[in-house]
Amino acid sequence: MKLRSIPLLAVLLASGTALQAQDLSIGLKSEATSMDPQFHQLTTNIQVALNIFEALTKQDAVQKVGPGLASEWEATDDTTWRFTLRDGVTFHNGSPFTARDVIYSFCRIPLVENSPSPYTIYTGGIVNMTAEGDHTLIIETEKANPLLPTEMSSLPILSADALGAEAEVTYAPNGGCEGLGEVPQSPAFNSPDIAVGTGPYKLESYTRGAEVVLARNDEYWGGAPDWERVTLRPITSDGPRVAALLAGDVDMIESPPIQDVPRVEDAGFKIVDALSNRIIYLHMQQLEDAPDITGTDGKNPLMDAKVREAISLAINREAIVDRIMGGYAVAAGELLPPPMFGTTERPVDPYDPEKAKELLAEAGYPDGFGLTLGTPNDRYINDEQVAQAVAQMLERIGITTKVDAVTASQFFSRRNNLEFPLYMAGWGASSGEMSNPLKALLATYDEGAGLGGTNAGRYSNPEMDELLKQAMSTIDDAEREKLLQEAETLALDDHGLIPLHYEQTVWAMKSDLSYEPRVDQYTLASEVKPAE
Amino acid sequence: MIVYLIRRFGQSLLAIAAMAVLVFLGVYAIGNPVDVLINPEATQAEIAATTERLGLDKPLYEQFGIFVVNMFQGDLGTSFVFGRPAMDVILDRLPATMELAMVALILSVGIGVPLGVWAGLRPDSIAGRTIMGGSILGFSLPNFWQGMLLILVFAVLLGWLPAGGRGTTTEFLGMQVSFLTLDGLSHMILPAINLALFKMSLIIRLTRANTREVVLQDYVKFARAKGISSRRVVMVHILKNIMIPVITIIGLELGSMVAFAIVTETVFAWPGMGKLLIDSINLLDRPVIVAYLMLTVLIIVSINLFVDILYSILDPRVRLSEMKG
Amino acid sequence: MSMSSDQPAAIPARIDHPVKRVFKEFVEDRVAVLGLALFVIVAVIAIAAPWLAPQDPYALAQLDIMDGGLPPGEQSFGTGQTYWLGTDTQGRDMLSAIMYGLRISLVVAFVSLGIAISIGVIVGVAAAYFGGRFDAFVMRIVDLQLSFPAILIALILLALFGRGVDKVILALVIVQWAYYARTVRSSAIVERRKDYIDAARCLALSHRRIMFRHLLPNCVPPLIVVATVQIAQAIALEATLSFLGVGVPITEPSLGLLIANGYDYLLSGRYWISLFPGIALVLTIIGLNLVGDRLRDVLNPRLQK
Repeated sequence: MKLRSIPLLAVLLASGTALQAQDLSIGLKSEATSMDPQFHQLTTNIQVALNIFEALTKQDAVQKVGPGLASEWEATDDTTWRFTLRDGVTFHNGSPFTARDVIYSFCRIPLVENSPSPYTIYTGGIVNMTAEGDHTLIIETEKANPLLPTEMSSLPILSADALGAEAEVTYAPNGGCEGLGEVPQSPAFNSPDIAVGTGPYKLESYTRGAEVVLARNDEYWGGAPDWERVTLRPITSDGPRVAALLAGDVDMIESPPIQDVPRVEDAGFKIVDALSNRIIYLHMQQLEDAPDITGTDGKNPLMDAKVREAISLAINREAIVDRIMGGYAVAAGELLPPPMFGTTERPVDPYDPEKAKELLAEAGYPDGFGLTLGTPNDRYINDEQVAQAVAQMLERIGITTKVDAVTASQFFSRRNNLEFPLYMAGWGASSGEMSNPLKALLATYDEGAGLGGTNAGRYSNPEMDELLKQAMSTIDDAEREKLLQEAETLALDDHGLIPLHYEQTVWAMKSDLSYEPRVDQYTLASEVKPAE
Repeated sequence: MIVYLIRRFGQSLLAIAAMAVLVFLGVYAIGNPVDVLINPEATQAEIAATTERLGLDKPLYEQFGIFVVNMFQGDLGTSFVFGRPAMDVILDRLPATMELAMVALILSVGIGVPLGVWAGLRPDSIAGRTIMGGSILGFSLPNFWQGMLLILVFAVLLGWLPAGGRGTTTEFLGMQVSFLTLDGLSHMILPAINLALFKMSLIIRLTRANTREVVLQDYVKFARAKGISSRRVVMVHILKNIMIPVITIIGLELGSMVAFAIVTETVFAWPGMGKLLIDSINLLDRPVIVAYLMLTVLIIVSINLFVDILYSILDPRVRLSEMKG
Repeated sequence: MSMSSDQPAAIPARIDHPVKRVFKEFVEDRVAVLGLALFVIVAVIAIAAPWLAPQDPYALAQLDIMDGGLPPGEQSFGTGQTYWLGTDTQGRDMLSAIMYGLRISLVVAFVSLGIAISIGVIVGVAAAYFGGRFDAFVMRIVDLQLSFPAILIALILLALFGRGVDKVILALVIVQWAYYARTVRSSAIVERRKDYIDAARCLALSHRRIMFRHLLPNCVPPLIVVATVQIAQAIALEATLSFLGVGVPITEPSLGLLIANGYDYLLSGRYWISLFPGIALVLTIIGLNLVGDRLRDVLNPRLQK
């Protein structure tokens, strides 16, 4: 072993740079759990699937919705949509793309077994789908849903033929469709015969734990893509992923740890980054009997808007961005980075510890109080570090803060059980517009209406709820945007939650490649181009 | 002997069962996997529906009952994350771990035994002392830190070897293996050394101690007195006598290497079972955690049994029936 | 089946007092003395950390993230204090963090050692003394447990318990008691067979008195050897668990957790965050192992010249 390693090294060094120009390999930070695009709603899975499969609509790099397999669409009334499907598109197996494939794909969603995060959240409101000829599709929803075209972009279309559907597929909600034949389950998608889409690349092979290999689809309707073969390799540890790029094992990686970015740049690689739709925020429990608060005689100071404002003013966001995030983040003043839909360009709360102390005194806590700050330690970029920095800053205005950092699995369960008086978390708005974070984070918690699901601070403002509900049933974009802006302003004036920063997503690649950085944090191989 | 084997096997089964119950209850107490896995945009009703579909809404005793019944049918459950049988998910990763453990074992024995014999024959020489000093170092370096240093030196500073990952694999006897390609081998060198160093130190110390004892035995002195060359004395008598403890330790350590691989796999991003275990713990993928334990326990128990049998063959003085106490 | 082939028996009677003899032989080996000195220094630093450390690394109000990530020898922007070993990303003085981290590492190891030895001694002596089914039963459990790697058991336990110094101690006790129980039993059983124990029984001395006054003292030498090796193992194990993210919480970081925090910065050149705590950890373990190694030779009658 010892003797042989020397020639071995020499050969390695010599062969390290040999790379075929037509091939692309990308190091991903996590592994797709299935090739079935309807199995698990997870960035990791979606970004692989979107090379092979396409949806009716498509979100571009800044999450603007545009045509995909549907060339155009319109709302014929509040609950009916007409989609015109693209003509002349074929699947990888040669069968033509028609409305039947769309109906089949939607029918299969509730039938996917063992899905840990099913796509039914988008299809639950669809009461009927009918085809008018092969290339027109009518979708009827239960309630007005202005976001339907946006949601369509998350639902990739499968080939009804490849999956063994009958000639006629009829839609019925909640898995009651007819004509589906035997529906293949998720593991079957490991085979390129089942994982058949219309996308720019075909699945060539999938070796679990090692790689996904994609091959060029020469028949692609949008023009043949740039790479003959694309290899996606999950390299889950940050260090080795960077090392793989530096060593030339891969051509591009996603999310290099920000502390390594300068080193990667120095080595002659290209860095691209974009503001993401993910905001990191603090949420405060606004219930009388919040746990783990000390020094207040049983009162919950977080009920007081002045205390909440004091917390916001105590935080030096610029210092966090600069020191902890290495500059790869932007201090946040709202729930989504402007100019996304529904934002108001609201200024970021200033860093003003003196005023924060005054506010605390006004609220009746001149000596501060103590609380626990919950945070995950493996979920967001440098999450544990950010939380410790926040604790440091709160300590300075007299709020004794104990950081309780746990893995995401424990964090989410405990947060949902309301075990933290103050917690830090992140939210990425997949729809790229304001109703999404408002609904989840700030709307009054209401199981029946499906609102406030992630509002574990239990902030509640009926006036805001009303505006939000109105917006959610307004199909007109301009009017809806105005309502959303008003709702956001109400909640943030109240300091219902405290925005910290927007994460920035970073990609590193060889200098002869280019990638338009995406707000939704997806690494789409099909969007990687040779540099001009 | 058969009674002994049966009893031993029974006890191990008991241990497995206890472990499984513990893990089952424990993971249940930690949290709900759906909280981590589901798209956060899901509404409360959708979360409830998903929880129900995965069978996680049932009372604990019922979930446990289902698990036990399925287990007796050879079904350890379906991974929440991968949607495939948990055992399949693990078996996919098994070759990577076994390959790493085997290479590490070969390294640690191949280097450890000769060094140990040398140090044992010349305990007071400079070489002997250096070897022992080195073994104490190997013994003392925490595995993960040592791995980090290896990466720092060989991957970052010198740039000779890759810092992690498995590299190119090829199919061999139906498994994906690394050792057949240069790229694969280069990826394996650092993790294998990292995994081997601790065991190597252990083997050096054990071999040295045994060699020292054997050297003092009358028959070795006698053999030397008879004029048999010292090379032959070493090769035949000493090696024969230290074989038993060395084989024992190899057997036992193979099992613990599979477990220790957790650390090495984490540091070097080696896609084996250990990495999978850590990921599964983080995602509360209970079926995979339980299946991992079952499999590891099975591997360790079978290795121990195998070693016992080998032991009795190599050394007739050891009677298995006497090994009760 | 024991991993160590030496099964130290009772020390034969000598002219010297046994403790004196052991000490004399121990100091003959300069390397071992060095190890002992190393460990004593480490222990003193750990105990005196609050007085020695330039900064209380866990008083959050004293930290400033503007001082974060400074290399060794740099000065604070705010206070002008010099950070001899640099700072971590929170602006925490690494020298102070290492001193306090050492404290936590040693507390965890020694507290768990104390509890594990107590359990091991009671169980081991009782098993040797009473023999029979009780002995067989206890030793079965011990064998079974020892056939599984400690790290696996501890990892699973902590994954279930969650983070916390108390939980790490509990997990370490659970994985360690069996070593002591087995060591104590094997020495006690040799002594148990001697005539004077039977005599003591005939005198109707209480079980407890016989067990702890007559059997136990003979188990002390091997116990010391095992304990020195085990304490080093416990420190390493705690560090490993913290590295894997299931050990102590970030509010009470041990050396292992300090190293783990620095791991993310290793490749980017901020080596000091993980390198220095690692050196402190290794020196501690080496010191203990050198002492343990010599003690093993000194206390093992078979290798006496």
